[in-house]
Amino acid sequence: MTNEVLLQFSDITMQFGGVTALSEVTIDIHRGEILGLIGPNGAGKTTCFNVMTGVYKPTKGTVRFDGQDIVPLKRYEITLAGIARTFQNIRLFGNMTALENVMVGADARKASSVGGALLRTPRQRAEDKESRDRAMELLTFMGIADRAGDAARNLPYGYQRRLEIARALGTEPKLLCLDEPAAGFNPAEKQELNELILKIREQGYTVLLIEHDMSVVMNVSDRVAVLDFGRKIAEGLPADVRANPDVIAAYLGVPDAS
Amino acid sequence: MRDWLLYRTFWDLTITGLALGSIYSLVALGYTLVYGVLRLINFAHSEIFMVGTFGALMASQEFLGIPMLEDGGYPYRTGFMLIVFLVFILLCAMVFSGLGAVALERVAYKSLRGNGDLFGAVVLAFLTGFVVSMVFVDDTLANVIVAAILTAPITMGYMSLFRRGKQSPRLAFLISAIGASTAIAEAMAIWGPEKREQYQTPRILEKDVLFSFLGADVRVDNVIVIVGALLMMVALTLFVNKSRLGRGVRAVAQDAETARILGVNVDMIILVTFALGGVMAGGAAMLFTLVYEQSRFNIGFILGVKSFTAAVLGGIGNLKGALLGGLVLGLVENYASAVFGGQWKDVVAFVVLLVVLMFRPTGLLGESLGRARV
Amino acid sequence: MNPVVRSLRQVGASLAGAKAGLASRWNAMGPTQRLSAYVLGVLALYLAPWWTEIPLLGSIVDTPGTQFTTVLSDRVIIFVLVALGLNVVVGLAGLLDLGYVGFYAVGAYTTAILTSSHASLPWLLALPVSIAVSMVFGVILGAPTLRLRGDYLAIVTLGFGEIIRLSAKNAEWLGGSRGINDIKHPPSIGPLKFGVVDPKPYYWLGLTMVFAVMFLLHRLENSRVGRAWVAIREDEDAAELMGVDTFRFKLWAFAIGAAVGGLAGVQYAGKVGFINPDNFPLLLSILFLAAVVLGGSGNMHGAILGGILVSYLPERLRNFQDKRVFVFGVALVLVMVFRPEGLLPKKVGTRKAVAAPGEGGAQ
Repeated sequence: MTNEVLLQFSDITMQFGGVTALSEVTIDIHRGEILGLIGPNGAGKTTCFNVMTGVYKPTKGTVRFDGQDIVPLKRYEITLAGIARTFQNIRLFGNMTALENVMVGADARKASSVGGALLRTPRQRAEDKESRDRAMELLTFMGIADRAGDAARNLPYGYQRRLEIARALGTEPKLLCLDEPAAGFNPAEKQELNELILKIREQGYTVLLIEHDMSVVMNVSDRVAVLDFGRKIAEGLPADVRANPDVIAAYLGVPDAS
Repeated sequence: MRDWLLYRTFWDLTITGLALGSIYSLVALGYTLVYGVLRLINFAHSEIFMVGTFGALMASQEFLGIPMLEDGGYPYRTGFMLIVFLVFILLCAMVFSGLGAVALERVAYKSLRGNGDLFGAVVLAFLTGFVVSMVFVDDTLANVIVAAILTAPITMGYMSLFRRGKQSPRLAFLISAIGASTAIAEAMAIWGPEKREQYQTPRILEKDVLFSFLGADVRVDNVIVIVGALLMMVALTLFVNKSRLGRGVRAVAQDAETARILGVNVDMIILVTFALGGVMAGGAAMLFTLVYEQSRFNIGFILGVKSFTAAVLGGIGNLKGALLGGLVLGLVENYASAVFGGQWKDVVAFVVLLVVLMFRPTGLLGESLGRARV
Repeated sequence: MNPVVRSLRQVGASLAGAKAGLASRWNAMGPTQRLSAYVLGVLALYLAPWWTEIPLLGSIVDTPGTQFTTVLSDRVIIFVLVALGLNVVVGLAGLLDLGYVGFYAVGAYTTAILTSSHASLPWLLALPVSIAVSMVFGVILGAPTLRLRGDYLAIVTLGFGEIIRLSAKNAEWLGGSRGINDIKHPPSIGPLKFGVVDPKPYYWLGLTMVFAVMFLLHRLENSRVGRAWVAIREDEDAAELMGVDTFRFKLWAFAIGAAVGGLAGVQYAGKVGFINPDNFPLLLSILFLAAVVLGGSGNMHGAILGGILVSYLPERLRNFQDKRVFVFGVALVLVMVFRPEGLLPKKVGTRKAVAAPGEGGAQ
């Protein structure tokens, strides 16, 4: 983990009509770190993701990525800038094979288009091969290459979750945002996931992780940020956050004054 | 350009535009209700309207025995009897359209939600038998008999072939709607009273000029249409807001799953939503035949597209929006046809739709998806 | 079990068995054998005008009332081209287009204008120009409307189709209600004369176009463009977040679809020699859509099958000529209720679903 700030999420307020989902939230993500984002249900974690990836435009505040203001960019441009994500409820391209799913991610940075495809130019063929090879590489990296040719909707749950990560990695991101990647996993699978996330960081990616499961978040994160009711209430090392009374109160409530 | 024409008959155009627009509004309510609750464009709603005009024809010609205009000796009713006649025709049209809408839902949409039921299976089985027999024999009566015989076994087959519990993709709903719309219109063309010709409906009342407004003659039928439409819309609004079923409609529009858990019979509510739209279309149909005294097997299409435009113009899912959108569209269409010429009338509606969707896709009064807001 | 269901299941099973048997024979063949099979198939298709001469098959296939080859050249080949084009828009990219007849009309009318009413260019020159003009219309229609929700897009495209038709009807320079005649025919190629009597050359020309279009579309499908389209269809928002410029690719889908539709229009105009607005009703858009959906949208072969069915069956089963559209309506509903993926849906991947422990299926 370095001290260089990759993503600056500054004073973000997100309002939907009368509801304030995020209130003056500031989070800095350093290059090479694994940052865990936790908080009770409804705290605004996925909303943060959505603002970062351009799904929502914040009501107030700025988001700077690698020095660039990304709020005015289109969503696919933000992805090309280097932020990729997975989804809380899996959103794979069900009627495409696992390999094709990842290839869509890898295609993002390719330049050839309709003309190249129609004429099968050498560049188009080379790029296609690159996408295919890279996709296969990523499937192998995630341990799901044995089902590369299967339709994504037919894959078992664990494979689907990992396929989503592979697809996101296909876009060659600098920052990988994982939205509850351990949902539905048993302890053994969670352990595998932890190792996987660490492996991903070793490859040079920065990871932002939303998770409910403390056994994943606390073991894997370098730092943890806590949201409650749209506000950041704590930030720091996992051990410190775990002991923070505000955090405990947010999750468990304040003990009775009796 | 005929600006002088527009100026001279401005109020004429306004009055007739409001009347036309009222009819659009009533039909638009059907589209907006179903879309607000189910996110589905009921493509066949236009045919529900057409069926209603047929119902009005039945009511006035067959049940009430009113002769056609050219048959002479025309006994125009007045006063109380007139109102009785009008109400009767209105109810007939509403019944035809309402039942049509309900049948449509059960046959073409319900099984796509994963809930195929017996009624749908029977109708589909009958149609299957009918079509199969058509391949071999060209006699309608024979086809009906063969279909009736085959219905029972095919129904049982269909009941087990229905995809239960699985919601079909959105495209499937739209295609099914298109198929139903086409089938209903063609059925009317093949087996209806006038086949593919335009048919007249009897004139029920003397179209006197009631009064003059700023130089324009206001005819009694225009007044009946505008007032009648407003009354129907008020009734609908009250129903949706105050009645138990209306609450159910609003609940299902917001969150069908939660409504189901809380004991709301979602299938029944969907049926009610379709029925409400159908009844409104029936009202529109009766008013339409009152003013234009004609109908046709494919009259639904253009009117349907325009009414849908009106619903979008006002804000889809929003009942008040349907009213406003319809009136605005009726007025714009009239003014534009005076300026550009009558043959461009239909193009105007499409252009309005395009412009609205490009610059204000949520409509004039804002959308109300999932809220069935009034 | 119900005898109808039982017999249906048996028929289904034997069909599936036959298909599996053919599939395994196919997979077992070497590349040269497959190539010869393809060549034989293509040859058979070019020889289609003589199918009616074959002793038993001929009478099954022949269309009463109209010459078989005319059905092929005037209806089948046109519908197949259109189905291929519309399949790109609806099947691959998942864009609901209810006004495809508009592009078809633009292609036909551009050819008519260029060869007959406003200029005297040869058909061969009108061909690329008409396709280009169709593409331009595709972009004009798509640019403002592709941002809309799917259902709205359907209505808007429907409006577009009608605007084209009504404009052609009301505009004198487009021939008005009378239309345009004396449209030039394609030029003679060696012994093939594109005259008024013999439909065979037109059929062959159209068939060649079908193969060309299939070839090009196949290339598109198996490139990042095709993948982007399917991704957009499956989950447009997710696709965008994976770096796909959805607007640009949707516009391309429209443009390519319009180009193929326009091509079909050119072919049609060149064959029949005269067109008027009544040739391009909304009904045709619905039939086009029916062809793609019934055959199996998203799948080139499904679209071709659908195009053949929708154009050929009514001619073959003349019994219900005027009831044909009613039957289509009913068929659409039935297919959507029982088999919404169509007759020949695209088969993705190699294995069937594995029962998952949790409910975490792809949304």
